[in-house]
Amino acid sequence: MEKTLMNKKKKINWQKTIPVYILMLPALLYLLFNNYLPMFGIVMAFKRINLSLGILKSPWCGLDNFTFLFSSGNAWIITRNTILYNVAFIILGTALGIAVAILLNEITHKYTSRTYQTLMLLPYLMSWVVVSYIVYAFLNSSTGFIVKSILPALGVEATSDFYQDPTYWPFILIFVNMWKTIGFNTILYLAAVISISPEYYEAAKIDGATKWQQIKYITLPGIKSTAITLFILSVGRIFYSDFGLFYQVPKNSGMLYNVTQTIDTYVYNALMTQNNLGMASAAGFYQSIVGFVLVLFANWVIRKVSPEDALI
Amino acid sequence: MVKNSEDRVMACIAHVVMIIISVLAIIPFWLLIAASFTDENIVIAKGYNFIPPKLSLAAYSYILSQWMQIIHAYGITITVTAIGTALGILITAMFAFGLLQKDIVGVKVIFLLVLFSMLFNGGIVPTYYIYTNVLHVKNTIFGLILPNLLMNGFNIILVMNYIRHNVPQEIIEAAEMDGFSIFGIFFKIVLPLSTPILATIGLLMGVTYWNDWTNGLYYITDSSLYSVQQLLNEMNNNVQFLASHASTGIVSTNLPANTVRMAIAVVAIIPILCIYPFFQKYFAKGIVMGAVKG
Repeated sequence: MEKTLMNKKKKINWQKTIPVYILMLPALLYLLFNNYLPMFGIVMAFKRINLSLGILKSPWCGLDNFTFLFSSGNAWIITRNTILYNVAFIILGTALGIAVAILLNEITHKYTSRTYQTLMLLPYLMSWVVVSYIVYAFLNSSTGFIVKSILPALGVEATSDFYQDPTYWPFILIFVNMWKTIGFNTILYLAAVISISPEYYEAAKIDGATKWQQIKYITLPGIKSTAITLFILSVGRIFYSDFGLFYQVPKNSGMLYNVTQTIDTYVYNALMTQNNLGMASAAGFYQSIVGFVLVLFANWVIRKVSPEDALI
Repeated sequence: MVKNSEDRVMACIAHVVMIIISVLAIIPFWLLIAASFTDENIVIAKGYNFIPPKLSLAAYSYILSQWMQIIHAYGITITVTAIGTALGILITAMFAFGLLQKDIVGVKVIFLLVLFSMLFNGGIVPTYYIYTNVLHVKNTIFGLILPNLLMNGFNIILVMNYIRHNVPQEIIEAAEMDGFSIFGIFFKIVLPLSTPILATIGLLMGVTYWNDWTNGLYYITDSSLYSVQQLLNEMNNNVQFLASHASTGIVSTNLPANTVRMAIAVVAIIPILCIYPFFQKYFAKGIVMGAVKG
C-alpha cells in the first residue's frame, strides 16, 4: 500500500491510467458537451446574442435582458405559477401516495395487489402527448365528453371553451398531474411500508392496538425518513416544472398563459416561437441559479436529517 | 397472521378505494379507444362517448391508407430507442466502472464533476445552442438520441453502487493476476455480473426514449425524421398532417378528423399496452431504485 502511494507521488502509472481513461472517454465527452459547455453558456444571459458572431464574440449587454424580463411582469407570473403548482403537487402527491400505499398494503392477496399496482401505474407510462389527447377527448368544446355529455346531463350550459377560459385550469392541471403520478407515488411509499418489520404489528396486536393506532404509531413513523427525503428532494426541484404537463395539456394556448405558464414553458416559447434569445437565456439563468441554490439548500437539510440520502 | 374483523373491514375499504383508483386510471383510455371506433357523424352530433351509439372503422381505414408514414415513424422511434438505450447503458457502465478505480489519478475529481452536474445545469438555451451550433445535430437522428437522455448522474451512481456491492473484488483481483486487461475485466466479468442493474436502468431509459417528444420539438423539423410521439404532437395541432405529407399530395376533404385524432393516439399506445404487463414488475422496481438513489 505504502509502496503504491510512493509510486503515485513519483510518477503516474500510465499503463494502468490510460486504459481507465479510454473506458471513461465516451462518457467524459458526453458530460463535456451535454453538461459542462452549457454551464458556461449561461453567460449568454448577459450578452446581446448575434448568432452569426457566436457566443464569445457577441457584445455584452449587462443586465438588459433581466431588466426586460422583470419589468414585463412575466417573471412574477411564471415564478408564482411554478412554485404554487409544485407546492400543490408536493402536498397532494405525498398525502395521496402515503394513503394509497397504506391501503394497498392491507391487501394481502399478492396477485390482486399486483393487478392494482399495474393499473394505477399505467398513466405514468404514457407520454404527455398521449395525455394531452386524452384531456382533449374530455374537454374540447365541440366533441369533448365533459362538454357534450356531462354538463348537459347536469343541466349546465357550457358558456366558454375550456381551452380559452383560464378559470378551471389550476384544478385541471392538478387533477391531471395527480392522475398521472399517483401510481408512481404509491409505489415509492409502498416500498417503504413493506420494509417495516411485521413483528411490530404482531406485537401491537397482542397489546390490543387498533388499526388506526398501528398506522399512527408504526406505519407513519416507519416511512417518515422516506417521506422527508422525497419531500426535501422535491423542494429542491421547486423551481423546475414538468414541461410536458404545462405545454401539452393546455395545448400551449395563449389565452391560458396567466395560469399555465411556468418557467420551463416560458423559456421554450421565448426561445422557439418568439426567437427571443435574450429573454429566454435570462429566464433560463434565473432558473438555473435559484434552482441551484435551492438544491444545495435541500441537500444541506437532508444531510442534517438523514445523511445517507444526501448527494454531497 | 391472524385475521380479525378489523383487518377484514380495512381490507374491504382498501379494495373499494383501489377499485376506484384503478377505474379512474384506465377509464380515460377506454374513452380514447371507444371514440376512435365511433361513427364520425355521431361524434359531431353528440361528442365522444364511452359506448359508441354507432360503430365505424372509418378512422382506421384512413390511417391504414397512410400506413407508410406511420410505419416510418415507428421505425424512427424503434431505432432511436434501441440505439439510445444500448449506447446509454454501455457508456454508463464503462464510466461507472472507471469511476470505481479510485487509485487512478483524476478519477475522484471526475466523480465530483458528475455530482456537480446533478446539482447545476446550464438550462435549455445554452444546451440548445451547443447542440445546434457546435454539434450540428439539427435534423439528424442524433438530435433525437443525444440531447439530455443518453446518460445521467443518477444512473451512474446506481451502477457504481451495484458493482461495488455485487461484483466481488477477489474475482477482479484474480483476473488481474491472470493477466486480464481492464477491458477484459470489464467486458468479461463486470458487465455480465451487472446485468440486473443494467436491465433496470435500460428499461427506464427505453421508456424515456420511446415517450420522448421534446428532442423532436427542439431539434427536428424534417418530417422524415418524425418519431411516433412527434407525429402525434404534430397531429395535435394539425390533424391533416398525415394527408398533407402523403406522397399522393391529395388532401382528403372528407377526412373523419375527430375520430382519426383518437385513432392515431390509439395506434401510438397499443404496443405499450400490449407489452406493459410483462415488464410492470421491473418498471416498478426501477422507479423505486431511481427515486431514492438505490
